[in-house]
Amino acid sequence: MNVTRGFTGRPRVHNPGLPPGQYDAGDDWPVLSAEVTPDLAASDWTFRVDGLVERPQTWDWAAAHALPASSYEGDIHCVTSWSKFGVRFGGVSLDTFLAAVGPHASATHAVAYAHTGYTASLPLADLTGGRAWIAFEYDGRPLAAEHGGPARLLVPHLYFWKSAKWIAGLTLLDHDEPGFWEQNGYHARGNPWDEQRYSGD
Amino acid sequence: MTATTTARTAFVPPTRFAVPGRIDAGEAAVEWQTATLTEIRRETPRAATFRFAVPAWAGHLPGQHLMLRLTAADGYVAQRHYSIASAPDGSGHIELTLDHVEGGEVSGWFHTEARPGDQVQVRGPLSGFFAWPGDRPALLIGAGSGVVPLMSMVRHHRERRLSVPLRLLVSARGPRELIYADEYGTETTPVFTRTAPAGVPVGRMTAAHVAPLLAERPDGGWEAYVCGSNAFAEHASRLLVAAGQPVDRIRIERFG
Ligand SMILES: Cc1cc2nc3c(=O)[nH]c(=O)nc-3n(C[C@H](O)[C@H](O)[C@H](O)COP(=O)(O)OP(=O)(O)OC[C@H]3O[C@@H](n4cnc5c(N)ncnc54)[C@H](O)[C@@H]3O)c2cc1C
Repeated sequence: MNVTRGFTGRPRVHNPGLPPGQYDAGDDWPVLSAEVTPDLAASDWTFRVDGLVERPQTWDWAAAHALPASSYEGDIHCVTSWSKFGVRFGGVSLDTFLAAVGPHASATHAVAYAHTGYTASLPLADLTGGRAWIAFEYDGRPLAAEHGGPARLLVPHLYFWKSAKWIAGLTLLDHDEPGFWEQNGYHARGNPWDEQRYSGD
Repeated sequence: MTATTTARTAFVPPTRFAVPGRIDAGEAAVEWQTATLTEIRRETPRAATFRFAVPAWAGHLPGQHLMLRLTAADGYVAQRHYSIASAPDGSGHIELTLDHVEGGEVSGWFHTEARPGDQVQVRGPLSGFFAWPGDRPALLIGAGSGVVPLMSMVRHHRERRLSVPLRLLVSARGPRELIYADEYGTETTPVFTRTAPAGVPVGRMTAAHVAPLLAERPDGGWEAYVCGSNAFAEHASRLLVAAGQPVDRIRIERFG
């Protein structure tokens, strides 16, 4: 262990919800997107699921809101080391969208892409089973543009760069296709509990 | 299935790609390395530069950052990202410039405890998208400590005597808060938001600051690099878009 002389750090809080190397950002919600925040009106927003599916489909704002509502209450973890506890997102479960398009048995991965062109790659298994959402609301209010509004992908059990802001669609594939950060040296899966920050972790 | 017929062509999103990486970052530096503090230089009342010896440093490109880790005696660790301020010079040394954040765990240690000889762990360089290899004309806009990765580009430009155009627009509260104040040359225009020397206007960055730079229209167009707090990055990137800079030629590094 490489102890830093004179460093004591913050008072220790026993927090079993904090993955290794993360700290509690409290009320802060840092914004770290690499591109210009787009002016994207809810009326212009669409979400498409295609690729290895039976029935590719595109939803607009009204069609997505007609689907059964589903919410997430829990924690989120950013690869830059902050975690945020007890957040509340409202939206629609990705299972609902996937059930509508019927993924082929050969589909193993997905590329999530944003209306800005940002991409993130994910194993399909991380998007199913009630663990991923298309989120429109944060804390009961419309999701702010800088946090991905009008709608973002939400995959809270993975580092947050996977939760693509301004989500435009998912393309299902039979292989991993590295997205924006994955091409920039970040990990293919990004599980905070295994500290999968960078490729090679 | 016996054979897959799916062509493995790269996935292309149906919208314009915002910011492809400038370099292939490949395998990120996986190893933590020991960095030994060799020098502390005061820049402003709130910011100082910390120089480290990192003998096995793999080298970096201007604009890249690293992950820095402090470890307490009981094993507790705190890690944060810091931009690399120095140009890649193969000296086995790198420099970071840290703001003293009120109550900050890591920057607080640096500004109150750290002294030459102290050792910390670093991992990097990280991320290829904010890197500037020195190839394209660079329009740099930063505020506060957001100027740090941009200064690496300015220094690189100078040390390599590059002829590709480079301009820096840097915002600070006042002359005393301007990091690297003595190092700027004709490539730099400071913008002072609270206090300014006599005859220099006071106020936030506006379209009037950005317009003359965009009007230079260098060959191949500007690659814009924006760095600072999220609020500043939002403001500056909107100024650029309004002035006609293409969104896919704007790279933003937000410090959170
Ligand atoms: C890519 C990147 C590059 C960066 N480059 C630079 C750089 O070149 N220079 C630079 O100065 N910074 C840079 N930063 C910011 C840097 O990573 C740190 O965020 C910054 O130094 C603050 O860290 P800290 O540990 O000092 O403060 P923290 O301890 O993280 O505190 C930040 C604020 O939150 C409050 N806070 C947080 N947690 C708690 C808690 N549990 N209890 C009470 N209060 C709390 C603190 O009081 C303080 O106001 C960069 C960030 C990124 C993402």
